[in-house]
Amino acid sequence: MTTGKVTGIIANLVTVEVNGPVAQNEICYIDLAGVKLMAEVIKVNGNKASVQVFESTRGLQIGDTVEFQGYMLEVTLGPGLLSSNFDGLQNNLATMEGVFLKRGEYTKPLDENKLWDFTPIAKAGDQVIAADWLGEVKEGWLPHKIMVPFSFEGTYTVKKVAEAGQYKITDTIAVLTNADGEDVNVTMTQKWPVKVAVGGFVEKPRPFKVMETGVRCIDTLNPIAEGGTGFIPGPFGCGKTVLQHALAEQADADVIIMAACGERANEVVEIFTEFPELKDKHTGRSLMERTIIICNTSNMPVAAREASVYTAMTLGEYYRAMGMKVLLLADSTSRWAQALREMSNRLEELPGQDGFPVDLSAIISNFYARAGYVKLNNGQSGSITFIGTVSPAGGNLKEPVTESTKKAARCFYGLSQNRADKKRYPAVDPVDSYSKYLEYPEIIEYLDEKIEKGWVDKVIKTKYIIRKGKDAYEQINILGDDGVPMAYHEQYWKSELIDFVILQQDAFDDIDGCSPLERQKFMLDLMLEICDKSFKFNNFEECMTYFKNLINICRQMNYSEYKSEQFEKYFGQLKEELKHE
Amino acid sequence: MSEKAFQRIYTKLTAITKATVTLEAQGVANDELALVAGRLAQVVKIKDKSVTLQVFGGTEDIPTNAEVTFFGEPPSLNVSDDLAGRFFNAYGEPIDGGPAVEGEKRQIGGPSVNPYKRRQPSQLIPTGIAGIDLNNTLVSGQKIPFFADPDQPYNQVMSMVALRADVDKIILGGMGLTNDDYLFFKNQFESAGALHKIISFVNTTDQPPVERLLIPDMALTAAEYFAVDKNEKVLVLLTDMTLYADALSIVSNRMDQIPSKDSMPGSLYSDLAKIYEKAVQLPDGGSITIIAVTTLNDGDITHAIPDNTGYITEGQLFLRADPDSGKVIVDPFRSLSRLKQLVQNKKTREDHSAVMNTSVRLYADAANAKTKLENGFDLSDYDLRCLDYAKEYATRLLAIDVNISIDEMLDTAWELFGKYFTKAETGLKEKLIEKYWKATEK
Ligand SMILES: Nc1ncnc2c1ncn2[C@@H]1O[C@H](COP(=O)(O)OP(=O)(O)O)[C@@H](O)[C@H]1O
Ligand SMILES: [Mg+2]
Repeated sequence: MTTGKVTGIIANLVTVEVNGPVAQNEICYIDLAGVKLMAEVIKVNGNKASVQVFESTRGLQIGDTVEFQGYMLEVTLGPGLLSSNFDGLQNNLATMEGVFLKRGEYTKPLDENKLWDFTPIAKAGDQVIAADWLGEVKEGWLPHKIMVPFSFEGTYTVKKVAEAGQYKITDTIAVLTNADGEDVNVTMTQKWPVKVAVGGFVEKPRPFKVMETGVRCIDTLNPIAEGGTGFIPGPFGCGKTVLQHALAEQADADVIIMAACGERANEVVEIFTEFPELKDKHTGRSLMERTIIICNTSNMPVAAREASVYTAMTLGEYYRAMGMKVLLLADSTSRWAQALREMSNRLEELPGQDGFPVDLSAIISNFYARAGYVKLNNGQSGSITFIGTVSPAGGNLKEPVTESTKKAARCFYGLSQNRADKKRYPAVDPVDSYSKYLEYPEIIEYLDEKIEKGWVDKVIKTKYIIRKGKDAYEQINILGDDGVPMAYHEQYWKSELIDFVILQQDAFDDIDGCSPLERQKFMLDLMLEICDKSFKFNNFEECMTYFKNLINICRQMNYSEYKSEQFEKYFGQLKEELKHE
Repeated sequence: MSEKAFQRIYTKLTAITKATVTLEAQGVANDELALVAGRLAQVVKIKDKSVTLQVFGGTEDIPTNAEVTFFGEPPSLNVSDDLAGRFFNAYGEPIDGGPAVEGEKRQIGGPSVNPYKRRQPSQLIPTGIAGIDLNNTLVSGQKIPFFADPDQPYNQVMSMVALRADVDKIILGGMGLTNDDYLFFKNQFESAGALHKIISFVNTTDQPPVERLLIPDMALTAAEYFAVDKNEKVLVLLTDMTLYADALSIVSNRMDQIPSKDSMPGSLYSDLAKIYEKAVQLPDGGSITIIAVTTLNDGDITHAIPDNTGYITEGQLFLRADPDSGKVIVDPFRSLSRLKQLVQNKKTREDHSAVMNTSVRLYADAANAKTKLENGFDLSDYDLRCLDYAKEYATRLLAIDVNISIDEMLDTAWELFGKYFTKAETGLKEKLIEKYWKATEK
């Protein structure tokens, strides 16, 4: 095993003189007076390795010894990941001692003593390859597949699979024979290096289904595909985190993985405090049962921020290989990019735009490319839908992280300061935002089936009304209320109707917060019906008063249980109002 | 700082910049303290035998043959209950003429609380100021700065909030405070009879700027002692964090780091987050709440310091002069308390969040009307009502000189709704209108 000695320290960048071979991204431990600090090789030059330390380097000295491990940063996969709270390096935060995080304290990600109810799937004689299913255990309510380890190359023959019964994750549940006739034992747990994409599928077709989120400005206006990618850029305070939390609560997915990357600890506390109490709207089970939190908040070691998003993605790929629908959320990918920048600056690399590393764009697109809908070896499918937030400096979208992400992600949910200032939440800009999936013939066809024939045309029409309303508003602002024809006012107020009733949605309201597709369709149809009418107002104030009244009634509908007595009462009121145009 | 027997002494500097010195030395640990020509310094970079130290007092006058003594340990503070009522400088040395504090020696800038061991903040901190309590309710364990131009009375508002808050300890971290402001705080605390629960760490404008870098960690080490060891509710006041960030940039620029936006170090976000994330609600009842000040340059919140701050803190309170009411107000558009929903309608009346949203939305309509007016257009009847509403709303609710209970704030808002608007114009839920609507003569 290669060892080395510390020869330089700047913050968490440490230079090590090594006495043997080291690999890029290899993990090493630095001995600081008996405490082992984990670090990763990020550059090698001659016999000098630069390593980024995942801990504070306070007290470290020249000459301290380093042991290289011969493997890259890896995660442990197996039953028991769900409902866990991990740090970026997959230490279990719940089993750590004391109130404060202790340097050099690493905890096991999975409980090795827990017994799981195992049921075999494969049988002796089966030919299997990496990621094939050998058996399953119930993890909460989800069937957790025990697979041929991802690292296995070539075809194996199943020699034996354990009988149904209770096993620990470290027990052998299958014996496989490789092409050379050698037997290998398989347990319920395996390891995988986070920076390497997990394979184990036959193809990655274009996404063709929509993932329902209950958020109207997404589902109705700019739907995200199952296995698709999207991002939410926005200045601070505009609603990135609230929107992501809403997706985590409501999205129609089997597994939710939330990477809290360099943001606030209290936002993570909110999840692990509230999710156990909240019910999954699709299964009625506690939300926490389908959730994994990867938590590397802003005050935790910077280098582990980068690790945290890769850890999250790898766990997602693991569940995808079981045929599950995974939703991966990362808040915020900018913090990860900043961590890369800090390190690149310390390495004195030639900086790219705004000091970010020159290969930032490639790093981001490689990461987004790991998401996707896949066909597994056994014909089943699984998916990772990935949505990241971006925190542009000064709220200006012309910056490297936003621009690089725009190239990689297919949905753009841009948050506008102006909308947030006016408390028009979610502040997703209806004009600038887009979903490329609306152009996919597969998706159009899917929505024809799922909602109604011609649905996407309705969506396009809605967007047109919003754009026209914006134009009218600008004209009114330039020429004055009386300086424009009445039609402009009508146009503007029709777009306001859509804004208030469809786009705006109170994430903190029990009923309005989550709007199922059926309800979204009902309301959109209703709004379009109103927009199709032409009204004859005598003056713009009459127009304004009339529409404000409609908006008010429709909002009451939004706050009422769908099709409840109260809902119908307001609906009746609305129909009444619409009679005298 | 005490001196020890095994100290290593060097007398040959190889490089000097405005904020740092470099020398050849051995057995030096990262972050450890040293004295350079009698001034306190800290190790920031080691490369083979070459050690770079940041000198807190600045390097003016320091000769290449200056004596350098290493302490073998990072900066620390003696913590005990005796801290209460005392005033210290950036090094934790008393400046009130009292004796040095005896107690357990703790390294400052220590580790973070395990996020899993935190609890969700849930206790409201009432301030009497409607711009805060009504629109941007504060919660124990929150971290929030005032964003204000230098001519705004942010220190006055902050001391007012601190003295009205129901907390066990108030810890003042003053960075680049003018002597007048320092004495102002001292007087306020004294005349409120609160000195026994105040602890101050102060660096004034006439002291070296790099010293400021120690202030937040000193203040927060004291805060953690009372919150973690003693389960107390601690309020930490940090003013002015912009001057803290300026000091950071002085040091990093001297170390040839590539500056990022606005000549700030690329690590500004992490540096600030390490401070602000010390705000916490602990399981055993203790808490640290941080109220800070970030002064702005001409209201520019896109500058790297307020921008990074906003991404870290749980909201911001934006102070500005309102020409219509002639008062200093907490701007409802640019201000935000991200934790408000944890207490609104739960610890306050059921109509709180609805009233807040509606009153701000109507204020936004008034802003639109004002733009119209400025562009020379006629105003509609609704516009005119909005303008009148805005003026009264600013005077009676947004102004910082308001001091009323939250119920009174809500009642005032309903009174204004009834006075200027129809029920439909407010868009409030019918259930609330039935219960709280106050019709007045139009
Ligand atoms: N959909 C929403 N409904 C109601 N309030 C919202 C909504 N989205 C955001 N907010 C408000 O905005 C604040 C900031 O949102 P947050 O998601 O934390 O912003 P960001 O992550 O972009 O900094 C929240 O605390 C909340 O008060
Ligand atoms: Mg956020």
